Amino acid sequence: MTVAMEKPEKTEKPEPTGPDGPAVAVRRVSRRTVVAAILVVWVLLFAVLRGKQTLDLAAADLTDLHRWFNDANDSIGANRNSNPLFLYFFNEIRLVIDTLVTFVQELISQPFAGRPLPQIGWLGVVGIAGFVSWAVGNWRVALLAVAGFTFMGLQGLWQESMDTLALTLSAVFVALLFAIPLGVWAGLSDRFNRIVTPFLDFMQTMPTFVYLAPLTLFFLIGPASATIATMIYAAPPAIRITAHAIRSVPETTVEAADSLGATRRQSLVKVLLPMSKRTVVMGVNQTIMAALAMVTIAALIDAPGLGKTVIQALQSLDVGTAFNAGLAIVVMAIVLDRVTTAASAREETARRSGSRFLKWRRPLLGAGAVVTAVLVYMSHTYVWAAEFPGEAGVGSSIARGADTATTWAQDNLSGLTNTFRDVLTNGLLNPFQTLLTDSPWWLVGAALVGLGTVLGGRRAGVTAAVCVGLLVGTGVWSDAMTTLASTVVATVLVMALGVVFGVWMGRSLLVDRILRPTLDAAQVMPPFVYLVPFLALFGATRFTAIVAAIVYASPVAVKIIADGVRAVPAATVEAATSAGCNTWQLITKVQLPMARGALTLATNQGLIYVLSMVVVGGLVGAGALGYDVVAGFSQGQLYGKGLAAGLAIVLLGVMFDRITQAAARRVSA
Amino acid sequence: MTTQTEVSQRRGTPRDSESTPVISVRRLWKVFGPKADQVPDSEELRGLSRRELMDRTGCTAAVRDVHFDVSPGEVFVVMGLSGSGKSTLVRCLTRLIEPTAGEIVFEGEDIREADDKRLRELRRSKFSMVFQHFGLLPHRRVVDNVSFGLEIRGMGRAERTERALEVVELVGLSGYENSFPDQLSGGMQQRVGLARALAGNPDVLFFDEPFSALDPLIRRDMQNEVIRLHHEVGKTMVFITHDLSEALKLGDRILIMRDGKMVQCGTGDELVGAPADDYVRDFVKDVPRGDVLTLRWIMRPLKDGDALDGPEMGPDVVVREATRAVLAADKPVKVVENGKLLGIVGDDEILAVVAGQEGDM
Repeated sequence: MTVAMEKPEKTEKPEPTGPDGPAVAVRRVSRRTVVAAILVVWVLLFAVLRGKQTLDLAAADLTDLHRWFNDANDSIGANRNSNPLFLYFFNEIRLVIDTLVTFVQELISQPFAGRPLPQIGWLGVVGIAGFVSWAVGNWRVALLAVAGFTFMGLQGLWQESMDTLALTLSAVFVALLFAIPLGVWAGLSDRFNRIVTPFLDFMQTMPTFVYLAPLTLFFLIGPASATIATMIYAAPPAIRITAHAIRSVPETTVEAADSLGATRRQSLVKVLLPMSKRTVVMGVNQTIMAALAMVTIAALIDAPGLGKTVIQALQSLDVGTAFNAGLAIVVMAIVLDRVTTAASAREETARRSGSRFLKWRRPLLGAGAVVTAVLVYMSHTYVWAAEFPGEAGVGSSIARGADTATTWAQDNLSGLTNTFRDVLTNGLLNPFQTLLTDSPWWLVGAALVGLGTVLGGRRAGVTAAVCVGLLVGTGVWSDAMTTLASTVVATVLVMALGVVFGVWMGRSLLVDRILRPTLDAAQVMPPFVYLVPFLALFGATRFTAIVAAIVYASPVAVKIIADGVRAVPAATVEAATSAGCNTWQLITKVQLPMARGALTLATNQGLIYVLSMVVVGGLVGAGALGYDVVAGFSQGQLYGKGLAAGLAIVLLGVMFDRITQAAARRVSA
Repeated sequence: MTTQTEVSQRRGTPRDSESTPVISVRRLWKVFGPKADQVPDSEELRGLSRRELMDRTGCTAAVRDVHFDVSPGEVFVVMGLSGSGKSTLVRCLTRLIEPTAGEIVFEGEDIREADDKRLRELRRSKFSMVFQHFGLLPHRRVVDNVSFGLEIRGMGRAERTERALEVVELVGLSGYENSFPDQLSGGMQQRVGLARALAGNPDVLFFDEPFSALDPLIRRDMQNEVIRLHHEVGKTMVFITHDLSEALKLGDRILIMRDGKMVQCGTGDELVGAPADDYVRDFVKDVPRGDVLTLRWIMRPLKDGDALDGPEMGPDVVVREATRAVLAADKPVKVVENGKLLGIVGDDEILAVVAGQEGDM
């Protein structure tokens, strides 16, 4: 996910208190008071009205809306092959995508036309992976790719890995086919950019999860709709980054080309595209990572691959197997990320690495291609090169090891983890959740709208009101409030972590240098691999989802806050130090207040990340909206409710995003 | 503010003002904003000041009713502070910015009438531009940057590289052909920009504050470089700057702009000797007058009793150069043009200028 970071303007010296300084201070105090007042009134009314009009809905109960969704689903199912819209549009799309996916699958993962094995066996795939990584990156990432792919084979997950890879590559291919031209268009045309930006914002705000339900309505479950969902999820970063790259080409350069008489086409081909190439490759990196995350989650709608293994294992609480498959996802994520990052770095360095090297490069590449072709041929012809040898001993020992560790942790650490869990659950989560779910809906709604208005301004308040109204309409109000409680609690903890580590990183270059690569790597992981280790520690509860969400969302918050603290002008810090501030005063009175914009932005991103993870937590017993969605996929009569829950997630996401964005704008203005 | 001025020595040779101008600009307007085209046509709106126009119509008039001629081989400098519209003006000349109204005649052809194709042809072969921030292509080597314009015209690789190498040598960048722009200093990057502009062998070079981003010393080098190139290739140049000393050093004639309007247009000594208004007077106040003014500006009419057997000098000799000779002679110097006595210059006149007293002309 890309983070738009607004850095505070650099000022040479500490800003003098302007004429409106005191007025601002008064307003801020009063805003805080209003927030406190809203909360106090809420709690008081809650004490009186507790348990009334809570819109509670039992797990198997349905509302009219849910039944209507069910009927719609049934009627679409019945008319899929007669309705012209489906016959000539959706079914055609599905067919094309299906053909593509099947083609790639038969190439590397699934048995093909009478052969018991795919066209290219493991040796060929490893060869291709190494060669391509070397050609677009460097020999180090090539080694990494070879080692990573071999490791997946040793884990006994070759076919699953290849399914995941096939789906990811197909989705990325189709996504880029659309995304790069659209991005170039958005880069060239202000009007088109204005039109697409809100859509892209919206698409990136949504948790991966919510794309799945509506798509199954149109494309059935299976690899095709998984690929389409992935494509939709993965395209926005590429569009956005391409447009950004085109836009950040210096105006003078384009003008210079114009002044030399370049046609529009010439300046596009010779100036804009070459100058934005490096950034576009970074966009491809983001697209691939987003696609991988989505493909694993798409296992919920029957996408083959590693995700399916993880989900099945999670559902049977088989931590060992889940860990083994999760590890394979992590390995694949690392390989794909490193290779594409190396590719974008290469754009910069390759040209200038001197002709001596370039002279050798071409013959070497040729030789590499020949070797790869031989490997591919061998893997097509010989069984030993086609089917990954060995009994997957590595995989089962990893699984056994994880199981042992889990058992040990549960035996020995349960005192600690249970205490931790109980303190947080009883001290923070339960009271808050009770407040949200047991208050009358109109009280919670009014409080949300009030907070939205105070924190984000009038427009955010209106958005909040609309979202609250629609949430009530979805019929899953109570579940939404449970999810909201978990999300808010997790976000508070994320922000606590974010401030501590962010300030630490922002103040010390050394810490920054040590932590940042870890954080970068953590952000690359598909969300639900985070569930596995915490499932081992905390069992199947909503608490597992919350902890996973905290771990998933912290890196982005930490990074944003660290950048915000770092962006405080050195002169200001110096001035404060020379005025005799101690470290604590420096942090609380200068650096944090000046990084206000970053804090709000971190809250925004933290909320969005946490929301997507809390929802995924439905897989491991987190209940609420996430569970509704998952249940909707597996049980026909709950389909409508699942769809409504998906909608509710969207509404929560939009509400969080609008309020915090507006607050961020207000704060940094 | 102290300005150190070096005035070009070419000032002594007056231009042949009779020849047809290369560029002839008439009633040029550029207005930004809604319904911009109405402003130049409306008698009422035309008269408003910039601020009033902004308040009334929401439009900004960047260039207002500008007219001038540029003669072949001349270095024509447009000078003004930031926001005076000078950069907009130069972009209007090549239609990088579309002018709102007026006429730009280039070699007898009204550029505003040119369609896209013709405009591209003109840009490819007739004029080229040097930019303040260079506008180089970071992914190309120096030689490929220089040949970029030729490549766009469709010239073959061997031919354009050969030409590019020639120009690279001309601007003193030999040995750096295969460097990338970001490996060069600012001054050298601007040499690449200069080479790129020269490569197409254009008739006119436009410079948009080309040296403003450079260090003072490098700036001086580059100014000398432009003077040298002007001697060698003799191109017509239109040069935008906000630096008066640069304008005086390079310009045969200087156009001073303020708020989009032209305030005065003339040679350096005309600006200093006869400023059109207080704005120009204020502008040229700190210029060492002896470096700019010629004897024509300080001579006095013949009076009875003046000795007429002193040395003779031309009217276009710069005061600074005449100082030693005038002070050394015991008789006043006669200013003579084509055998006709125009006036005389004595120690008093010289000292009034050199000692920095405000002349009363």
